[in-house]
Amino acid sequence: MTSTVPVEQNLIDSFLRLDRMPHIWCPGCGIGPSVTCFVKALQRNGLDPDKTAVVSGIGCAGRVAGYVKLDSFHTTHGRALPFATGLKLGNPELNVVVFSGDGDLIAIGGNHLIHAARRNMDITVICVNNFNYGMTGGQVGPTTPVDARCTTSPYGNFEEPFNIPHLVAASGATYVARWTVLHPRQLERSIAEAMSKRGFSLVEIIAPCPALYGRMNRQAQGLDTLHSYQERCVVRNGADTKDLGITFKGPIVVGKFVDIERPTFGDHCKELIERLGNKEGQ
Amino acid sequence: MKLWRKPFDQAEMATRPSRVLIDEVRCKGCGYCAEFCPLGVLVMSEDLNPKGYALPNVADDRECLGCGLCVTLCPEFAVRLVPIGDES
Amino acid sequence: MNGDVACAEGAISAGCRFFAGYPITPATEVAETMAQRQPQVGGVYIQMEDELGSMNAVLGASWAGVKAMTATSGPGFSLMMENIGLGVMLETPCVVVDIQRAAPSTGLPTLPAQGDMMQARWGSHGSYEIIALVPSSPQELFDLTIAAFNLSETYRVPVLVMSDEAVGHMSEKVVIPRLTPEQLSYRRRPNVAPEEYLPYRADGDLVPPMAVAGEGYRFHVTGLTHDEKGYPAMTAEAQDKLVRRLVDKIRLNRKDIIKCEEIAVEDAEVVVCAYGITARIARLAVEQARENGIRAGLLRFITVWPFPEERIAELARQVKAFVVPELNYGQIVLEVERCAAGRARTTLLPHMGGSVHHPETILEAIEEAAQ
Repeated sequence: MTSTVPVEQNLIDSFLRLDRMPHIWCPGCGIGPSVTCFVKALQRNGLDPDKTAVVSGIGCAGRVAGYVKLDSFHTTHGRALPFATGLKLGNPELNVVVFSGDGDLIAIGGNHLIHAARRNMDITVICVNNFNYGMTGGQVGPTTPVDARCTTSPYGNFEEPFNIPHLVAASGATYVARWTVLHPRQLERSIAEAMSKRGFSLVEIIAPCPALYGRMNRQAQGLDTLHSYQERCVVRNGADTKDLGITFKGPIVVGKFVDIERPTFGDHCKELIERLGNKEGQ
Repeated sequence: MKLWRKPFDQAEMATRPSRVLIDEVRCKGCGYCAEFCPLGVLVMSEDLNPKGYALPNVADDRECLGCGLCVTLCPEFAVRLVPIGDES
Repeated sequence: MNGDVACAEGAISAGCRFFAGYPITPATEVAETMAQRQPQVGGVYIQMEDELGSMNAVLGASWAGVKAMTATSGPGFSLMMENIGLGVMLETPCVVVDIQRAAPSTGLPTLPAQGDMMQARWGSHGSYEIIALVPSSPQELFDLTIAAFNLSETYRVPVLVMSDEAVGHMSEKVVIPRLTPEQLSYRRRPNVAPEEYLPYRADGDLVPPMAVAGEGYRFHVTGLTHDEKGYPAMTAEAQDKLVRRLVDKIRLNRKDIIKCEEIAVEDAEVVVCAYGITARIARLAVEQARENGIRAGLLRFITVWPFPEERIAELARQVKAFVVPELNYGQIVLEVERCAAGRARTTLLPHMGGSVHHPETILEAIEEAAQ
């Protein structure tokens, strides 16, 4: 071969806070690939990084805000969505992305999730679902499948988990997709579509948690979890969201499920302001 | 394969043979890159990095086509692809 | 104009263009006025699903560069505490209005009290300092809301307007002045290039210049203990440095923040210390006491936090006694007592709320204290 051309920085490095590397995530964690897909989606869309803001909550996925080189906010547990709501309404030109985990968004943040979807806030939510509360040591969460073991479900979980796409679709989300980290091409495309979509978009990323959820459920290596995705995943774009529940060992349905149009909250605000015509207050 | 018409996205889809560089400090030996490379360019080795994680090596006699799956899958942002000279 | 409405109008005069709230008696009228007025002035009204959402939306809007406010009462105030703490930690300018009602818990939703005063100071977890203003009339509710915005922008801290149901639901004449831009503060802006900007490198007054989202500064801020870059810093040194600065930026600047009104205090032997609606009633009692020959005075706290410690300590050398009427079972009296340090007697005149003190009871307390 001919001589090498020394060029091509790692695409991702320019979007990372290199002074904070290495990050805190475990070997094999699914959040790294999620961030890479997000950065590639940003580049694919040609969005101005100066106008992109990332808001996250508490948890491993919540640490994403601290590692990306964008205006980023690491807020309190479950409250990334209302913070993002205020941010977007304060400056509608911002591309606001909420990057958080299943516990943060669905449990403590559940109320905010369904209302933001109902209002059709023009925000993109990336929900990294690893089926437990990772940061605090692997407790059971609102998405843990029945029979799975976690530190606070030592005899096997008996609570039915949430079906996230179904929940947000029923609440009024205009774009809903789910992929695993082993579907990086589709994931990147979905995140790109979600960000350019006007309206509430949610992309659920099924991610391995080898150190905790994986280890407690006989998948101690990240590779074990990824192999299980290969066996269990079924791509069904447009599937009915009620069929998307995830069981302990059953199929994981991935794909793009919802892509509709609806006026956003911001649209209505704007229309009100135009109609009432700037009557300055004294 | 003989093409009777040039595909519109040929430039975007063209392969870009590359050298694969692994950041030894960042790598945590999870094995995703080696496992999922479509051409088996990377193989987990017995070499250890300073933290004790097993590093992947570039196996001999294979040619990386620059698909970038290893870069995307790496949880540590530790993989870099450097395109090699002119494209065939 | 109703007090709550005056509060909303004051905010709008101050430049508030974002209101996120949740209905709660007796603050609902603030939200209703905002719902009507914000679109008229090009702002946004959003009714959030709960008070936690309201507080966070206010913080988010402030980080987008917009002056933002919420209004609530006791139960909602409790819900907002964690995120008021986030506002303190992120150093976010914003205003939180608490129209206090009888408590604890659901209490008497339509009746006044002043039972959240200590909570205003200590409600969130950790060591921090905050500013709380207390109006005594709808006009003052209007004026102090503007002052609250100015203080919050100057010191990059959430500022609380601690009113009560009596003042909030009272209707009185309110004069709305035409304000010039010089009378309104806005957060200090960074004067360096984005590459050199450190989100928490403070200027001489301990307040850092603030960049907002979307301007290319690419900053990161977090509720975790952080360093000047805004990055999480998990050391005791970083904790010490940060917490001291967050507290000192208010404490060391308190001369510019604290405001009191003094009536007949110069030669007083008994000083009534009061705030909010109680101060109006106390004034009547003080005037009556003077007519009866007692050298009584009124010290009305307009800022309760930071507390006017020096003035109380000073007065304690002069007066025989302090009388502190409050619509609670003793909160600000603890501060008065602490600052008097035993040099003057301090008497609490408690009232659990639900209605207000009768001027006669305050007069009796003054007369007793004067003996």
